Amino acid sequence: MFYREVGQYKTNYSADMSVMPLLQDRVGIGIILFIAVVIIPYFGNAFLIQAIMIPFLVFSLAAIGLNLLTGYTGLLSLGTGAFMGVGAYACYKLTTYFPDVNILIWIVASGFFSAAVGVVFGLPSLRIKGFYLAVATLAAQFFLSWCFIRQPWFYNYNASGAIEVPTRTLFGIPITGATASDSTRYYVVLGIVVAMTWLASNLVHGRIGRMWMAVRDMDLAAELIGIRLLRTKLLAFAVSSFYCGVAGALLVFQWYGSAEPAVFDVNLSFFILFMVIIGGLGSLTGSYLGAALIFILPIVLRYIPPHLGIPIRPATVDHIQYMIIGALIVLFLIVEPNGLARLWQIGKQKLRVWPFPY
Amino acid sequence: MRLHRVLLGTALAAATLLAVPLTASAADGIYVPLFSYRTGPFAGSGTPIVNGMADYLNMLNERDGGIGGVKIIVEECETGYDTKKGLECYEQVKSKNPVVMNPYSTGITLPLIPKAAIDKIPILSMAYGLSASADGNTFPWIFNPPATYWDGASMFIRYAGGKEGGLERLKGKKIGLVYLDAPYGKEPIPLLEALAKDYGFELKLYPVPAAEMQNQSSQWLNIRRDKPDWIYLQGFGAMNPTAVKEAAKINYPMDHLIGNWWAGNDDDARPAGDGAKGYLSLDFNQVGTNYKVIQDILKYVVDKGKSQTPKDRVGENLYNRGVLNSIIIAEGIRTAQKVSGKKQITGEDMRRGLETLNITEARLKEIGADGFAAPMKVACDDHNGHNAAYMAKWDGTKWTKGSDWIEPLKSKVRPLIESAAKDYAGANAGWPKRTEPCDKSS
Repeated sequence: MFYREVGQYKTNYSADMSVMPLLQDRVGIGIILFIAVVIIPYFGNAFLIQAIMIPFLVFSLAAIGLNLLTGYTGLLSLGTGAFMGVGAYACYKLTTYFPDVNILIWIVASGFFSAAVGVVFGLPSLRIKGFYLAVATLAAQFFLSWCFIRQPWFYNYNASGAIEVPTRTLFGIPITGATASDSTRYYVVLGIVVAMTWLASNLVHGRIGRMWMAVRDMDLAAELIGIRLLRTKLLAFAVSSFYCGVAGALLVFQWYGSAEPAVFDVNLSFFILFMVIIGGLGSLTGSYLGAALIFILPIVLRYIPPHLGIPIRPATVDHIQYMIIGALIVLFLIVEPNGLARLWQIGKQKLRVWPFPY
Repeated sequence: MRLHRVLLGTALAAATLLAVPLTASAADGIYVPLFSYRTGPFAGSGTPIVNGMADYLNMLNERDGGIGGVKIIVEECETGYDTKKGLECYEQVKSKNPVVMNPYSTGITLPLIPKAAIDKIPILSMAYGLSASADGNTFPWIFNPPATYWDGASMFIRYAGGKEGGLERLKGKKIGLVYLDAPYGKEPIPLLEALAKDYGFELKLYPVPAAEMQNQSSQWLNIRRDKPDWIYLQGFGAMNPTAVKEAAKINYPMDHLIGNWWAGNDDDARPAGDGAKGYLSLDFNQVGTNYKVIQDILKYVVDKGKSQTPKDRVGENLYNRGVLNSIIIAEGIRTAQKVSGKKQITGEDMRRGLETLNITEARLKEIGADGFAAPMKVACDDHNGHNAAYMAKWDGTKWTKGSDWIEPLKSKVRPLIESAAKDYAGANAGWPKRTEPCDKSS
């Protein structure tokens, strides 16, 4: 009743083939963007912006990156954390060598360094598939972690072994460092994430996305119809690592403010992988939903008992939160193995014929 | 049935985007948040520390009604030693006007250091964190008494030199450093390298990756091959008991194995059993319940059931470390109340209070901690004090006093700290110059 395309006639082919043909979808995206751009910065407190929204957006971007590789191209990768680290350290080195160049340029440029590293470690994908490729990317994870800890060039030989983010400005307003306000950093992250999501959406709905999906479904058939596997798979690694690199740079420069090498360890890789699997492989909406479930829901669960006034100790709350999240993950994978995005799709389909069952 | 599942799914997805409103508690009291890690890989070390910290402050509330008549509101925030959760805890407690931050993790302290001056909340990183923050002129909001990791390493060298018959006798000897491959573990390396140049000993490094903390067989195999004369253990959490067990396995002389102050948990030495007898650890607080302040904690808090500490764990090394940390906080609050004239102090007052901190022997006796710790004094340019520590010796069942108070090699440590602080400020463009005035210490 609410979600039908009754009365929405398309008068040309491009309108008919658009990504969001229904007006309700476009209105929905508009509302979400309005909430993100206007409501949250103005009405949200510092905790919501700094501890929930900025990390959520950063993780969503990384999840999109991994989804492009694992969900759309079918190449399982456990090196996400390392590629994010490459982006972060590349941005750090670039800004220390060229402090006068705007930091936003370096955040985006660091993605290219990450893409280059991703291509190098993606070369085995031409010969090995599935879990074996996961092990090859795990090698990338461990090697790069080792680099960040043991090669002092990466952290400019400073005594603490950690990288600190210098204050950088845009039009006179500080956007990195401790003096940057929460809202400024939120807008920077939101802008970059929205732009890159739009780019990813165009990629997956176009020729390149279809090439990736063909490789995922049956790479032998894809090769037979003329898709060059080398270029397609390496392009998938490159684009995915680009997204992860930018996410890593945003993580350090806009959220943490400083980073130890332990930040980009294998746990981060698994964290992002869980977001992608729970959210839905092969879906951009799924990346956001997965990030929300894996990252935001634990925070919400942790703060419910104090708000309801239940006197549970913080450590116990932590343990209970782990159990609940674990149970939810099992529940969702049983109920819908294709992830939250599929649940969302089913919901929309039901809404189209509501109140009828089919 | 499927519709219900779909609704459940979308409802949960929507709930995750709900803002959780936080009410800033404007209760009348001094709010002290404690970042704890009762979960995670370092919970073995973190649990007794936070127990000690919470118990001392609660004891002050019960026995004296707070400090200066104002109650202390103690709240724990669980970080699990994870930087993400630590930053989240920081954002959450910021709105409740805390007077001091105790991140209790070098990984969490590093991102908070630039924020301390902006949010006007001092950070008390007692004997951990960034060693360079001992320079009060560059870091006016960060305090790390009583000693830095560089002081600790210098005390180890001084002790080793003393046992060899003089610092010059260290020439040609091999000194090994077994450390956690993280910024925390790498802290003493610059100082040890400088001292190796000065005194002519050879420094061998044995890093232990954090993911492999409990599997150190390769490192100790190398140690068996290299046979260093002295080993300094800069470890934490699960790394320590493994290291002590491995050392006992290769029959390394335990009195030549010295851990820093975070490697002195009872649970670090206990698993190795009798093999750990003689294991030494730097310590700046005494062990045991034979102090009036610990007795008061037992009387007013533990026996009354207001504590999470099991009674037999009161008086353990790291428990007393937590108590000492709270003593510093309490004395800082007291001095802040004196310097500002207010009873309900703010973060800025607390900074002035911590900067004029002067816990003398007489004061220690007054609070019932006679001999519990060495007297410590903080100055405007020296936020550490570089105070003495002693060697605690494990006798098989508990820690005992293994040496007298050892002074650090201040002349070697201070120049390194100042140059490290200068490097930090130089690497961080826009690091503010100190504008806070210096109060006279009373």
